[in-house]
Amino acid sequence: MVETQLLVVGGGPAGLAAASAAASLGIEVLLADEGLKLGGQLVKQTHKFFGSREHHAGVRGIDIPNLLLENQDKVNIMSNTTIIGCYEDGVLTAVTGEDQYFKIKPQRVVFATGASEKFLSFPGNDLPGVYGAGAVQTLMNQYGVVPGKRVLMIGAGNIGIIVSYQLLQAGIHVAAVVEAAPNIGAYLVHASKLARAGVPILTRHTIVEAKGTDSVQSAVIAQLDEKWQVIPGTEKELEVDVVCLAVGLSPVLDLLSQIGCRRKYIPELGGDVPFRDKQLKTSIDWIYVAGDTAGVEEASAAMVEGRLAGAAAAAQLGADSTEAGKIIASCQASLDSLRRGPVGAKIRAGIAKLEGGCCKCLNHQA
Amino acid sequence: MEDKDTIICRCEDLTREDVRKLIAAGYTTLEEIKRISRCGMGPCQGRTCLQLLVREIAEMTGKDPAEIAPAKTRPPVKGIKLGTLEKGREDHE
Repeated sequence: MVETQLLVVGGGPAGLAAASAAASLGIEVLLADEGLKLGGQLVKQTHKFFGSREHHAGVRGIDIPNLLLENQDKVNIMSNTTIIGCYEDGVLTAVTGEDQYFKIKPQRVVFATGASEKFLSFPGNDLPGVYGAGAVQTLMNQYGVVPGKRVLMIGAGNIGIIVSYQLLQAGIHVAAVVEAAPNIGAYLVHASKLARAGVPILTRHTIVEAKGTDSVQSAVIAQLDEKWQVIPGTEKELEVDVVCLAVGLSPVLDLLSQIGCRRKYIPELGGDVPFRDKQLKTSIDWIYVAGDTAGVEEASAAMVEGRLAGAAAAAQLGADSTEAGKIIASCQASLDSLRRGPVGAKIRAGIAKLEGGCCKCLNHQA
Repeated sequence: MEDKDTIICRCEDLTREDVRKLIAAGYTTLEEIKRISRCGMGPCQGRTCLQLLVREIAEMTGKDPAEIAPAKTRPPVKGIKLGTLEKGREDHE
């Protein structure tokens, strides 16, 4: 049995920030990550982040893990390690590589297990050539392999738009980006770059069918009415060999659900989301959440949430409460500023629903 | 829409047609459909299909997706070899 004060599950932006914050407060941290290389989705983010300096603006995603690991010598890192079970007596089970199975008994846990991609149902959705945007990014940005020659992108959120631009940079034709909603979800800066390159972004459109015998040879798109129904006669067939799905993410809750953390269905935050208080503690006293696991946002918010959860867990473990309190307060202020304005409206609405429903089960911190 | 060409669960090869037949036959919870069809029990452990299944149930029963109870998850979250568990047990003795 491996014992530690704090176990952080997941080495993406939230998990790295949580481990680093707790270690900086003198807490013994074990960080378990299933990848071979730390960073989670950051290892594919070859573009520069923007926003403010505090949130690593101007730095490429791939360079952020190193910045977050400045306290690395105080964090015990276990890569290639998956936490596979979480039990009521506070024991977690883990596998390193193929065949090393062991138990961990931490005093506190931060789950930063991220999100999984949503899928769509349409005829031909299992043809080779239908990809998730995450897979396309892994192929191109990590391994230097292009997914095909002509792409139809489904979804005009940040992921769909950024991946489309990266496809153009790799010399691949993007036939169109379709988006079911009436508006583009991505930051305008990115969408404008794509529009200037001549890629049509069609709102209120969806994919109706992917066609092909052994793999995708074309895709049919159509316009949607205000009730999200296909308008007959608007179908158009595009010659593409790749259909890339970027239709949103939902929190990965399998470990939290094993142990019975309370959760609620909140579409604004990606689906089922765990209840958590303002310090990111769940309905179970020794478990915290951070990043997309706590509700899908983006990497900047994930890093702040990680830092917040790491400091809150450290405070519970007896770290200097003044120092921890400063980090907690600054992170809460930072999250408020990230979620301000029209871009954060959806997230604010989702969090309000979550907090409205949890007064009975959690002690709210002011 | 051609329901027989639309995959809901890739791991267990269940189409939209298969799933809709089950719902029409009265299997209207994730647990029931999982037990009778293995939907969500393959390598992805439901990460891809269960949300699509929720939508199908919601559409056919008129329920709100929020009212559809999530399926129970159990350890391990990914496939591991029995020999690995056995070796782990020996290491602890």
